Amino acid sequence: MRLKAFLRLLGSGAALLLPAVAVAEWRLNLKPAATAIGRDIYDLHTLVMIIITVIFIGVFGFMFYAIVKHRKSVGHKAEQFHESTTVEIIWTVIPVFILIGMAWPATKALLTLRDTSAPDMTIKVTGYQWKWGYEYLDDGIQFYSTLATPREQIQGDDEKGENYLLEVDNPLVVPVGKKVRILTTANDVLHAWFVQELAVKQDAIPGFIRDTWFRAERTGTFRGQCAELCGKEHGFMPIVVKVVSEDDYRGWVETKKAGTAVKAFDPGKTYSVAELRSTGEGVYNTHCVACHQTDGGGMPPTFPAITGGKIATGPTTGHIDIVVNGSKKNPMMAAWGPQLTDVEIAAVITYQRNALGNALGDAVQPGAIAAARK
Amino acid sequence: MEAVHEHDHGHDHPSGIMRWVTTTNHKDIGTMYLWFSFTMFLVGGVMALVIRAELFQPGLQVVEPEFFNQMTTLHGLIMVFGAIMPAFVGFANWQIPMMIGAPDMAFPRMNNWSFWLLPPAAMLLVISMFVPGGSAGVGWTLYAPLTVQQGMGMDLVIFAVHILGMSSIMGSINIITTILNMRAPGMTMMKMPLFVWTWLITAYLLIAAMPVLAGAVTMTLTDRHFGTNFFNAAGGGDPVLFQHIFWFFGHPEVYIIAIPAFGVVSQVLPAFSRKPLFGYASMVYATASIAILSFLVWAHHMYTVGMPVEAQLYYMFATMLIAVPTGVKVFNWVATMWKGSLTFETPMLFAIGFLFLFTLGGFTGLVLSLTPVDVQLHDTYYVVAHFHYVMVAGALFSAFAGVYFWLPKWIGKMYDEKLGKLHFWLSIIFFNVTFFVQHFSGLAGMPRRIPDYALQFADFNMISSIGAFGFGLSQLLFLYILVKAIRSGEKAPEKPWEGADTLEWTHLPTPAPYHSFETPPTVK
Repeated sequence: MRLKAFLRLLGSGAALLLPAVAVAEWRLNLKPAATAIGRDIYDLHTLVMIIITVIFIGVFGFMFYAIVKHRKSVGHKAEQFHESTTVEIIWTVIPVFILIGMAWPATKALLTLRDTSAPDMTIKVTGYQWKWGYEYLDDGIQFYSTLATPREQIQGDDEKGENYLLEVDNPLVVPVGKKVRILTTANDVLHAWFVQELAVKQDAIPGFIRDTWFRAERTGTFRGQCAELCGKEHGFMPIVVKVVSEDDYRGWVETKKAGTAVKAFDPGKTYSVAELRSTGEGVYNTHCVACHQTDGGGMPPTFPAITGGKIATGPTTGHIDIVVNGSKKNPMMAAWGPQLTDVEIAAVITYQRNALGNALGDAVQPGAIAAARK
Repeated sequence: MEAVHEHDHGHDHPSGIMRWVTTTNHKDIGTMYLWFSFTMFLVGGVMALVIRAELFQPGLQVVEPEFFNQMTTLHGLIMVFGAIMPAFVGFANWQIPMMIGAPDMAFPRMNNWSFWLLPPAAMLLVISMFVPGGSAGVGWTLYAPLTVQQGMGMDLVIFAVHILGMSSIMGSINIITTILNMRAPGMTMMKMPLFVWTWLITAYLLIAAMPVLAGAVTMTLTDRHFGTNFFNAAGGGDPVLFQHIFWFFGHPEVYIIAIPAFGVVSQVLPAFSRKPLFGYASMVYATASIAILSFLVWAHHMYTVGMPVEAQLYYMFATMLIAVPTGVKVFNWVATMWKGSLTFETPMLFAIGFLFLFTLGGFTGLVLSLTPVDVQLHDTYYVVAHFHYVMVAGALFSAFAGVYFWLPKWIGKMYDEKLGKLHFWLSIIFFNVTFFVQHFSGLAGMPRRIPDYALQFADFNMISSIGAFGFGLSQLLFLYILVKAIRSGEKAPEKPWEGADTLEWTHLPTPAPYHSFETPPTVK
């Protein structure tokens, strides 16, 4: 208790010195789970903690007793006993039984945890550098989910919000009480989809599909993060899951579908530079900004500048090629063809050529992208 | 034989720098290993402090995310391959010939080479930070396919790992040959000091595990440059295959580090308890069991990759089983202290610190062995805390215990006991300030290897950073203690530790002569 009080003092003292740091809650254990399997894991963890605490106190009780009573300075003479097969057998066998006692509930929990059969709905989760893509296989909804925390907060130019680094533009929305099966895969490198309160952590592996599941017992917003190192923005691709009632979920599905319809551009149409530029700015700030930076300056040599860049101010064909197909020389530049629509790619290329300090004045039309894909 | 004695060429060795470059003497080479290791420990430590400085507060203040990732990668690789492993090879070089009654190691020239491979490897790791694109930002586990995206820094890291592996394999061949062939008459295997036993077992682990790592990084290299697709899913490869290969090396690697540490502690505890080791034979068997089991549990590092549930069950049970021989060792150490006549000089303090905190790391290992619990804790700070208890409070504290224990024998002078004890207390307090709180960050769900974090983790990270700087600065005191002992330490008595009973204490003068045993002692 005294240690905790001391730590608390240390923490709040430091927090006083640095007012930017909010004094967070002192959580010393797993978060309370929102799923039945999560509660089982919580209880399993508690059980193991009790067992190891008892053993720890027992074993080191002996050690500290010896340290106090069997020291030379209090005149203790060493006894020369050693080797005892009986004792060795006892302290080999007893731990085996303790371990069996732990293995039993762990096995039960594991079998439940991995039983992804008979889901009520299935969502495919794709890890990208550095965002999550969600595809509702039953309801036909598809969208990306990226970090919503403004760069100013990360750089320290603005005060950090309550959900700093744990907020996204488009959260995953699921109905309460339904068994949701999550299929994970990745587009580029390894990622891991981790939401502790839902007791889910599943690696997302390029070229493979893995699955996991959860059944949320209460509504609410649950936040998690990518848990597998995936490059420079690994710490900046959070996960937000909103668990809502069945009715609210249906309503959300309808709006989402309608929203997608309204936003759908006509790929055959010819757009003005201004139209493409304003759409392109949004695409750039979602997909490009992590590497090429807000001002287009990039971070050479790995992430070249857009402003005055050789490709971004060169012929449109080269510019279209690198965005659609990625770079052959620099593996950090992904192929965006499979991720973005023709209109989005046309818009972001136009934006790059007519903003961020570039002013070439040319508009790239969706038709050119469609042609480049062939 | 007599002709050799009349013209003892061992004493007209070159002087100055060439003495160290050309030396084939096990003591010189042991000394170089230990200083190299300490240098790398400071380099890796500075990298840890860069990490902790960035994590002192939420937000990006000190470094950019890519550089942060390079720091976590290099910190891990340098500490594992540059600091801890060479430290114990240094102990092996100094101690094994003296403890088994041999004049030197079996292959003195190879011994020289296995040391001199290390500095170029270390240079490659350090230089990798300064090439275009910087070093590898992939974590010390080098997981594919992120490795394919890296710049040429990645290639330098791969070559460094190759060279370090060669050095380890040659060192192991030397150690095994020495132990099996050069024991004094009468020293049967079951009379060898436990430190020698632990190194014999470790050397076998190294020979089995290091080539596997070499294979994994070579495949990474060909994936990067020669059009193969072993691990690259885009070309039909399997990223999970890399993890299986890596951890087939990586889990034994944990014991390659821990088992010699067990050996040092098994010499120090009986010496300062003035009582023989409680269960010598069962300690040997337990160590061998741990070594064998270490090859059968690798995929417990991969509980979240989506293995079949049957495989997860197997790895869970096999992993839990390691607790049994490890428990046997801990019980034996405590039983060794029981009813002894204990004194608490610095080596003993570090050995007790090891016993206490290594066991704590073992317990969190048991928590992590349970697959369902691990799903919540995998790749969080809980794991970071767990392996630092094993690596720092385990291996590093054991190495400190060994240095304080054998320093009088090595240099014939005593260290400053008061400062040694201060070093212990500073280390153990700051170690716990740094790493104990990381259990809580991990339980609350903070992922590892992130340069910035949510506000709920702020307080524990700040405490951890304060502890890390305290721990780092405390190690400068260790350097001061060493330099002071070497330059102006009091002359060591012939047998400074009352309870020490191995050959180097009972049959050799202090400091030990350049050639340990020119005529072998007879062991009864």
